[in-house]
Amino acid sequence: MDTTRMKPVLEEEGELFTLQMGPQHPATHGVLKLDLELDGETVVRCRPVVGFLHRGVEKLAENMTYAQSMPLTDRLDYISAMANNVGHTVAVETLLGIEPPIRAKYIRTMVCEMSRISSHLLWLATHALDIGAMTVFLYCFREREWILDLFEELCGARLTTSYTRIGGVRQDVTGHFLESLLRFTDEFPEKVHEYETLIDTNRIWLDRTQGIGVLTAEEAVQLGLTGPSLRGSGVDYDIRKHRPYDAYPYLDFQVPLGTHGDVYDRYRCRMEEFHQSNHLIRQCIEKLPSGPILSEDAPDLVMDPRPKCVTADASLSAGLIKIIEERKHFMEGDVYVSTEVPKGELGFYFVSDGRGIPMRMHIRSPSYIHIGSLPALCEGGMISDVIANIGSLDVVLGECDR
Amino acid sequence: MEPLELAEILKKRFPGEVVDIVSHRGQVSVIVKRERILEILENLRDDPTALMNHLMDLCGVDYLGKKENRFEVVYNLYSIPLRHSLRVRALVPEDDPRISSVTSLWRGADWHERETYDLYGIVFEGHPDHRRILLPEDWEGYPLRKDYPLPGPKTEWHGYEEVKEFSKRLRKYDFSGSPGEA
Repeated sequence: MDTTRMKPVLEEEGELFTLQMGPQHPATHGVLKLDLELDGETVVRCRPVVGFLHRGVEKLAENMTYAQSMPLTDRLDYISAMANNVGHTVAVETLLGIEPPIRAKYIRTMVCEMSRISSHLLWLATHALDIGAMTVFLYCFREREWILDLFEELCGARLTTSYTRIGGVRQDVTGHFLESLLRFTDEFPEKVHEYETLIDTNRIWLDRTQGIGVLTAEEAVQLGLTGPSLRGSGVDYDIRKHRPYDAYPYLDFQVPLGTHGDVYDRYRCRMEEFHQSNHLIRQCIEKLPSGPILSEDAPDLVMDPRPKCVTADASLSAGLIKIIEERKHFMEGDVYVSTEVPKGELGFYFVSDGRGIPMRMHIRSPSYIHIGSLPALCEGGMISDVIANIGSLDVVLGECDR
Repeated sequence: MEPLELAEILKKRFPGEVVDIVSHRGQVSVIVKRERILEILENLRDDPTALMNHLMDLCGVDYLGKKENRFEVVYNLYSIPLRHSLRVRALVPEDDPRISSVTSLWRGADWHERETYDLYGIVFEGHPDHRRILLPEDWEGYPLRKDYPLPGPKTEWHGYEEVKEFSKRLRKYDFSGSPGEA
């Protein structure tokens, strides 16, 4: 078979070579395509192409009730569905003015942190695999499986959980679940130490991550990075501290920060977050208050899709009916509420026109912005560092393309 | 600083531009005209009392049949050092849907604006790479507009037809032959 003609031939010295990386590339963590222009092994130009997984979630949500659109958020960042559910629910509760009971708040915080651990485990596994550390992959999946089993016990699903309800959560935690989770938190710090012994001071790992993809604090804020990717550059911005929601104001935790803003510091931030999340889960179990798990104000799953138009009548009684009917509906207005999901800042912008369905639901997904910042990270670097950079931003394409 | 105070300061500074200040659930929106949006946002970003250095979100909204100006471009700003937020909503009319790009202030606005153009058809003047992003470049219409049909356009996008034809051709591929002749 003649294969020589398939090889790219550079006609003259210094000519740029175009490489289309993806959308079927294992290191792009989904259907991300990068158009790279290379000069030798140096990346001159990087243009990410996204949209292969675009499902029109925002358009769909604008034609469903608030409660119906919650399961759609599972499919955004399918690695940490719980955190997405909580983000959507907190935003809707703010819009409709519903206060969930305190027990539900603690449970939601707990599952949020569990999903942070599971998401970071998958990130560490794949990021290490991309750079060439195979063992970490298997170790991480062992603990991730444990968390997914716990999710299954809690709500019957491992990945697409749809666990929250507007005004609380769907099911209460059982004693067995809490015991298993407590056992997990006992053992988990040791496991994190195990991963660290594998890669933390590994020379190959350090060579591949230190001084790669450096972003200064100003650049990172300019680019709109959030989450551990921003904190790796030393910017103290964690929504759990800045605009606390659910049970975070009652809990004690620290926000790990990096100093150099390179791939290694972003990696260290996430490794420290393992310990913080573990600590948060323990506090939630210890402080878990008793009481109801669903607010009495919680709206019905089938929200009234349209305002009932009661025609104005001259008589007094008809006017009275009109007032009662209108009180059932929601206030007009808009809110932007963001929560700290494992990837960064997940924001929901809702515009309500008083009906049971949102007039506009915009999802500000962290991965979308992170992929947009890839050119700033990759241009001028080596082609092998492109992989390390994608991994260090922790992107999920389901969330990016929506 | 309280967001309402920030909004009042902004109104004093740009009296002709600020149309209205509305508040909902403790969140304050300043509704402005679109002509001097770049100046307004630059002021909010660089003014030492505001220091809105983080553009949390930028999106479009379609108020078809509800408001005089059909579109709005919404900027959600946050100050990381001072910990306060403010929302700026710029009015964009239907017959001339264009507004200045803010990529010169925040590089991260790049993809937000491309998305808003892609789904609403609002043109951002001065954007460095003004193309569609989530949809194919030859897609017709702007799907998030309220008058766009929910089941999608009546005819299939031609790229899909091409892929279908291509896959049919691949099914007949003769593996014994030499490569490159499929």
